[in-house]
Amino acid sequence: MNKPLQADGYEGLVTANDNGEQELSLLIGGVHCAGCIQKIESSLKEQPDVQEARLNFSTGKLRIVWNGELSRANDFASKVETLGYQVSPYNPDTEKNTAEHENRFLLMCLGVAGFAMGNIMLFSVGLWSTSTEVMGLATRELMHWISALIAVPAIAFSGRPFFLSAYNALKNGHTNMDVPISLALILACVMSFSEIMRQGEHVYFDSAVMLMFFLLIGRYLDFRARRNARSAATDLLQTLSGFAVVKDGETTRRVLIRDLQAGMNVFVASGEKIPVDGTILQGESAIDAALITGETLPQNVEPGQHVYGGTINLSAPLVISVDKAAEDSILADIVRLMEKAEQGQAKYVRLADKAARLYTPVVHGLAALAFILWWGVWGAVWQDALLISITVLIITCPCALGLAVPVVQILASGLLTRKGILIKSGDTLERLASIDAIIFDKTGTLTLGKPALINKNDRQEDLQLAASLASHSRHPLSQALVEAYTGNLLTLEKVEEISGKGVQAVYNGTRVKLGSRDFCGIVDAPASNASEIWLVRQNQKSVAFYLEDQLRADAKEVLARFQARHIETYLLSGDRRDVVEATARDLSIAQAQFALTPVQKYEELEKLKKQGKKVLMVGDGLNDAPVLSGADISMAPGTAIDMAQNAADVVFMGEKLAPVYTAWKVAKFSQSLVKENFALAILYNMIAVPLAFAGVVTPMIAALAMSGSSLLVIANSFRLKLRV
Amino acid sequence: MNILLYLIPIALSLGLIGLGAFIWSIKSNQYDDLDGAARRILLDDDEKDSET
Repeated sequence: MNKPLQADGYEGLVTANDNGEQELSLLIGGVHCAGCIQKIESSLKEQPDVQEARLNFSTGKLRIVWNGELSRANDFASKVETLGYQVSPYNPDTEKNTAEHENRFLLMCLGVAGFAMGNIMLFSVGLWSTSTEVMGLATRELMHWISALIAVPAIAFSGRPFFLSAYNALKNGHTNMDVPISLALILACVMSFSEIMRQGEHVYFDSAVMLMFFLLIGRYLDFRARRNARSAATDLLQTLSGFAVVKDGETTRRVLIRDLQAGMNVFVASGEKIPVDGTILQGESAIDAALITGETLPQNVEPGQHVYGGTINLSAPLVISVDKAAEDSILADIVRLMEKAEQGQAKYVRLADKAARLYTPVVHGLAALAFILWWGVWGAVWQDALLISITVLIITCPCALGLAVPVVQILASGLLTRKGILIKSGDTLERLASIDAIIFDKTGTLTLGKPALINKNDRQEDLQLAASLASHSRHPLSQALVEAYTGNLLTLEKVEEISGKGVQAVYNGTRVKLGSRDFCGIVDAPASNASEIWLVRQNQKSVAFYLEDQLRADAKEVLARFQARHIETYLLSGDRRDVVEATARDLSIAQAQFALTPVQKYEELEKLKKQGKKVLMVGDGLNDAPVLSGADISMAPGTAIDMAQNAADVVFMGEKLAPVYTAWKVAKFSQSLVKENFALAILYNMIAVPLAFAGVVTPMIAALAMSGSSLLVIANSFRLKLRV
Repeated sequence: MNILLYLIPIALSLGLIGLGAFIWSIKSNQYDDLDGAARRILLDDDEKDSET
């Protein structure tokens, strides 16, 4: 039963391409290194009929092209499944696809704008450095016309991101940053044309294109920072989209999990996830319910007992009778809660948007004022007055403002990535910087999430024998024992594992047993809080090994640091009372709650949010997923289940808790940099606007001022690299 | 100033060649998977290429 069954149903997803070949797109889960790419691609390319197999690392999309039967699709899907990756159909209508499209669109715009800017500058520098007397009027005219020829199509093409967004905003009766930008681009073109007609000295095509280029850079960086964010609930539904093995008498067949009906009998091999809520009909095993309850110790189960979908069957095969269809299971409840949490999350107003709201009316007001003053009060020709008014509009345009946030975001997320902290959306840092309370989950978050031997210093011979026995079992406690022992393992004979109880074997002619208290026949030893494994030999004293889920080494220090900075810490766990209270005491967390269900955890979060607190949730289990989605900001360790990682805004790697503090510190510093950048942009405007108002800004001054302020903002952002 | 009649078209066409190359690279999916491309340099696929 170790080998997954033949997948089916994939042939319906195959499309034919132009060359008459078959094409299939699959979504692959669990890809995290170059090795995975190679393993998947080369195993597919080994098939004689496969023309192309390419895995997109960022999106997890695998594209297979082959010559031959449609039904080969199922072979390919099973092939990848046997390699140990999750396979699900790739739905071409997902948002990922639109993101790919937008990525290309922005890059294309950026490329065209860059080309246009470089080539127009070629002429502009000539125009600025040579007087008309030397150059001659005809040459100047020629250069103006060529600039126009490059600039107008380039703006029409590359300005679309701004025009579209401005149009949409205006249509809905709002205004946004793109409105003054679009207006400046269009008016700069119109005015420059009229200047060419009037045979004027200055045209502003270079300023317009340069403005567009800088803003597109900001737009592209912002897009890259945002694009990894996606709906976590959709991903959970995708995990529900796998197959379950249904038993009809003696025959078995694969059925989509969502099609399971009450009363069906489902076969669950050891090591597999239980697909739905049900009652055990056959088999005794231990299950890992950490996903649902947060409980670390495996629970022994036997026929008649109830199990939840999403828990993992650890030691022996089980047959389960389905109680409820998958859509009524506890997993589905969590999905619904998460969807609610995602919708309920008040739309966060980003700092940049707040700035834009103030900015737009001020800029338009200034430009209008310039026109009225010059035309109406100081009696200039209307063309000249309009020229000045438009220079005000161009020069105030937010090059620096457009770069202020995205540059800091990209630098900060790059920096954090190198420290093993992955940021998933652009405004994460901004939200992280504003928190004043943190909720921690216990198992797997404050602790490492797996049992470790605590009495390691016992006699090494005992440990060696125990580890040798344990190596024959897949039970988590056994695996922890094997991990704790570093030397060579002994050779044993007649090894036998009694599922959920222990292992017995013959060593040097004597019987040895390793396992639970009952299994080893221990009656008089005192009970202990930790999990225990007993080793029993003939004629020797029995030995107990104690295992406990241990705190991350730096958990206390990290919590103390947060507490010293007046950030409240909470511990919400689904685990037992004594364990949770002991942890809270160790870490001096005053507010700790135990034995919470996922729904209760979510209610606790709601309470905190009602008090007006900005909450960071750090958690790793499925029982934390709704809280992760609903919290203002959330983090999950890299060992968390996929679900929690997808629900969280930040994922951190490694065995330490320090990344939580590092991320918060970087976020704080980034926020102060962003504010400095805004201050710089405002300072620049305070100098540039009076100049434009006075009518002394030539295209050269505009170009210098714009690129100068942009460079200043970028340089300031790079201080992040020096400081952290 | 007659030299401009040659230089301007040359300068512009050089720029256009660069732009064309950039657009080609976007169209042939080279910007779709930047993270994957960064990791693929670690892969050892020389043998495959020499066979084909």
